[in-house]
Amino acid sequence: MIVIGALVAVCAAIVWRRDGIDGVLNILTHDLWLFGEIIPRVLAGCLLGTFIAEILPHEKVSRSLGPESGLKGLLIGTAFGAILPGGPFTAYPVAAALLTVGADFGATIAMVVSWTLIGYGRAVAWELPILGTEFTLWRAVISLPIPVLAGWLGRFVYVRMYPKGEPSE
Amino acid sequence: MTLSALIIDVTLWGSVAILGFMAWRRGRVVLVSSVREGSMDFINIVPRIALGVIGSGYIAAVIPPEVITGWLGPDSGWFGVLTAVIAGAATPGGPVVGFSIGAVALKVGGGTPQVIAYVVAWALFAFQRMILWEIPFMPAKFVWFRAAVSVPFPFLAAAIAMVIGKP
Repeated sequence: MIVIGALVAVCAAIVWRRDGIDGVLNILTHDLWLFGEIIPRVLAGCLLGTFIAEILPHEKVSRSLGPESGLKGLLIGTAFGAILPGGPFTAYPVAAALLTVGADFGATIAMVVSWTLIGYGRAVAWELPILGTEFTLWRAVISLPIPVLAGWLGRFVYVRMYPKGEPSE
Repeated sequence: MTLSALIIDVTLWGSVAILGFMAWRRGRVVLVSSVREGSMDFINIVPRIALGVIGSGYIAAVIPPEVITGWLGPDSGWFGVLTAVIAGAATPGGPVVGFSIGAVALKVGGGTPQVIAYVVAWALFAFQRMILWEIPFMPAKFVWFRAAVSVPFPFLAAAIAMVIGKP
């Protein structure tokens, strides 16, 4: 967070030198508007995350999405990411909730990567109209194996980095 | 408010209501404690989202889209794929910016494998989404781990596109 704060300060200073104080204020007001629009959705995302963590039976999640869940766990993660509605304000809190109730890094990686790559929301709303049907379909088909492969690679590296299980934070 | 924003909000709060109802059926205490926990998460995350939203505007202002389009020129081959991946990670702004840059690159003669690498890299690594969303919500270790194991995949996507040929 400190790094990001410093980066933001440097960029704001560059904008100020280039466009003067008006440029800085312009961006600030625009972003404050955006912030106001996003904030209720963030609250909804946080509530979704805790409800899911509360409702999902932990032993079932760790069986179907945990380190021992094999290819099936990666496929479930991928399918879940692909059908998850909403935007980043749902995807990341829900992914964090899955981690706390027993999903491993591999299945969660599969879910997050599947959400960004083959989630239908963004593809239908933005990619299809801008890049065209042919390109979008082509791109999505090529992307299909990536969530499973990324989750598998994540799991493969994880057990070698932390052979004794989850390290303490 | 646009229609799509309305649909998003309705499905979002609808899911919150349904899951909240399911929590309530397990007992009032369960509902109250998860609402309290969710609100605490929210309060903890707000400052980070604020920094992300306001900050990424300044970062985006420093990286104009023209620079990104330049990196995605008709440069073919693996060097083109590499610059496309870097361009995808560096692209500021939301989905409109990312996909529009891809569309421009296709029009000015960028190769399909390079543009696919660009779109995939943007989906996986766009710094603005990572700063604004992924880092505040997920454990930092997970985010770096996820990003690290994702590195080969834009290249893989480009390779598949090269082998199969043009759509």
